[in-house]
Amino acid sequence: MNAGNESRAAAALARDIKELCGKASFPLRIMEVCGTHTMAIHAAGLKSFFPPNLQLVSGPGCPVCVTEKNFIDQAVLIAKEYDACLVTFGDLVRVPGSFGSLATFRSEGGRVRVVYSPMDAMGIASELSPRPTVFLGIGFETTVPTIAATIKTAMTMGIDNFFVLSAFKTIHPPLKILAAKKDLNGFLLPGHVSAIIGSDCYHYLVDDFGKPGVVAGFEPLDILLAIQDILRMAVFSTPQIINDYKRVVRGNGNAAALAMTGEVFEACDASWRGLGVIRGSGLTLKGPYSMFDANTHLPVDTPPAQDDPRCRCAAVLTGSTPDTCGLFGKECIPDDPVGPCMVSSEGTCAAYYKYGER
Amino acid sequence: MSGRLIRDLILPRLDRGYLGSLPDSVVLSGLGDSIAYTTDSYVVSPIFFPGGNIGSLAVHGTCNDLACSAARPVFLSLGLILEEGFPMDQLETILHSIAEAADSAGVEIVTGDTKVVPKGSADKIFINTSGIGKIESPVRPSPGRISVGDRIIVSGSVGNHGMAVMLSRAEFSFDFELKSDSASVWPVVERLLELGPGLKFLRDPTRGGLAATLNEIASLTGYGIAIDESAIPLDKSVVAASEILGIDPLQAANEGKIVAVVEMGMDQVALDLMEGCWQARGAAVIGGVTREHPSRVVLTTRVGGSRVVAEPSGELLPRIC
Repeated sequence: MNAGNESRAAAALARDIKELCGKASFPLRIMEVCGTHTMAIHAAGLKSFFPPNLQLVSGPGCPVCVTEKNFIDQAVLIAKEYDACLVTFGDLVRVPGSFGSLATFRSEGGRVRVVYSPMDAMGIASELSPRPTVFLGIGFETTVPTIAATIKTAMTMGIDNFFVLSAFKTIHPPLKILAAKKDLNGFLLPGHVSAIIGSDCYHYLVDDFGKPGVVAGFEPLDILLAIQDILRMAVFSTPQIINDYKRVVRGNGNAAALAMTGEVFEACDASWRGLGVIRGSGLTLKGPYSMFDANTHLPVDTPPAQDDPRCRCAAVLTGSTPDTCGLFGKECIPDDPVGPCMVSSEGTCAAYYKYGER
Repeated sequence: MSGRLIRDLILPRLDRGYLGSLPDSVVLSGLGDSIAYTTDSYVVSPIFFPGGNIGSLAVHGTCNDLACSAARPVFLSLGLILEEGFPMDQLETILHSIAEAADSAGVEIVTGDTKVVPKGSADKIFINTSGIGKIESPVRPSPGRISVGDRIIVSGSVGNHGMAVMLSRAEFSFDFELKSDSASVWPVVERLLELGPGLKFLRDPTRGGLAATLNEIASLTGYGIAIDESAIPLDKSVVAASEILGIDPLQAANEGKIVAVVEMGMDQVALDLMEGCWQARGAAVIGGVTREHPSRVVLTTRVGGSRVVAEPSGELLPRIC
């Protein structure tokens, strides 16, 4: 679509959004669950279209942000104890742990490699064999199938120095907790995660909580259209789950990817920054694949981590805005972050900082 | 980090007048002709990337710092620091690129130094180049000459160098049709100098990309900068790579582009002057200087929303999903 048509379509959607907000006698709060949506909303300047009684708040869908400090500590301890090489996706290297970030660890001579694809981690394992190579597994349902495929490949190839430290998480358990919050009127549901898990599985938002949800893509018009749909359902009290991202997301998701995940992983309790331990919200390696589990094969004694008591990342992950944190933009900046929400390229604080809402 | 080192350690000890304003290159007085002088060190990793290597970059980067002071690059020094065991064939390739880049930029390498350090004391090869340029035009672009209403021009598609280097890092195993834009911008500057006093300011948007340069202009002048997203020239491959990596192309480095601030009403003349110059292919007017939102850069997005373009900070890292 050319820029002229796109801006005309956006203006029309923005008019509808304003009109719907005008019909509501209450403030409207919509949660965008996914960090990529948070960034896309800021990057396209969509907030400049919204009336004052519409607030978009960010949810727990940024993998780096919901990962506990303890995980970084555990990784560093494993690397030290077993002389292992840590392999990770980019964002994680700057998240502060109790002994500094993985970047600090690397600058002190620790082995930390950044990869884009988990298959690259296996290449590193072959290169460094027999030194243990530990892939730091964070992410949601989108990320997990490719890791599962990597683990299966490692099994087939008989690679025995490749391990996964799993802090993978699933989106439904926290969403059920957040849906109970009275001040949230609807959910902008994640596009990438839904490509795997489908759009049908969110029915509990409507059935149990009476909240509307819309699965959306990441183009500015995708997001505006989804927000218009959520507002209409919230204002007229007609909650439903709508899939506005049909070009990518199917009702029942991606069966092959789900099967791959189900073969390699099983549910476990997991600890979330901001939400605490949520039953059945994590994924751990199961059956024969547990031979790749760093948790069991490279055990370390990780002391409990203390977060800076002034850091409000936990609140930001459940709907507070970064400006409610006294550290934001002062002591906590992308160059020298205190909490993970300022580190991740999908973090809410990073989005507010990068796009000038300070 | 390096900003803090310069501010807290280097300047208090070494500034005797010239250094404090931290110019990309300095215009020297008392040596006869108007002479501009600059130095830069190159530590890029990987040392070979699509569209160039550390050698061509070391020539172009220093030439471009001179060009931004409206100086024609004339002489370069070349300092090589090599890690013991650095492959000879790679050194030959790099030296060939240096020669080729210098010849085509019209500069001569007139002095140099080579050191070999023990393995592990340097990462393959580091290069320092210093440059001397000759100022032939009476036009002195400087931030003090920028005023409200001036227009902002970028000389071509942005983000190519940063994105090409990022993609060529060993961690990424996918292929893109994407090359660094590494080139001397002097031919573009030479044409823009014909604007006379209508040319207000020049900067090569290297580290931190267009976002850093525009923020620098906003902060140096105290004026607001308003730009239009749909006017910013971007190659399709840069857009695709930036979406996959989650890296803002406005924050990705350029090594063959120039940002020029020109007087209101002279933007079309500037574009006409650059016409036919391959280094300025795709040049466009992207916005202007405004009284609104002082010291801030505000972007009107493709869909008509508006947002701030903040000063980039931190290492550019690819995102997770």
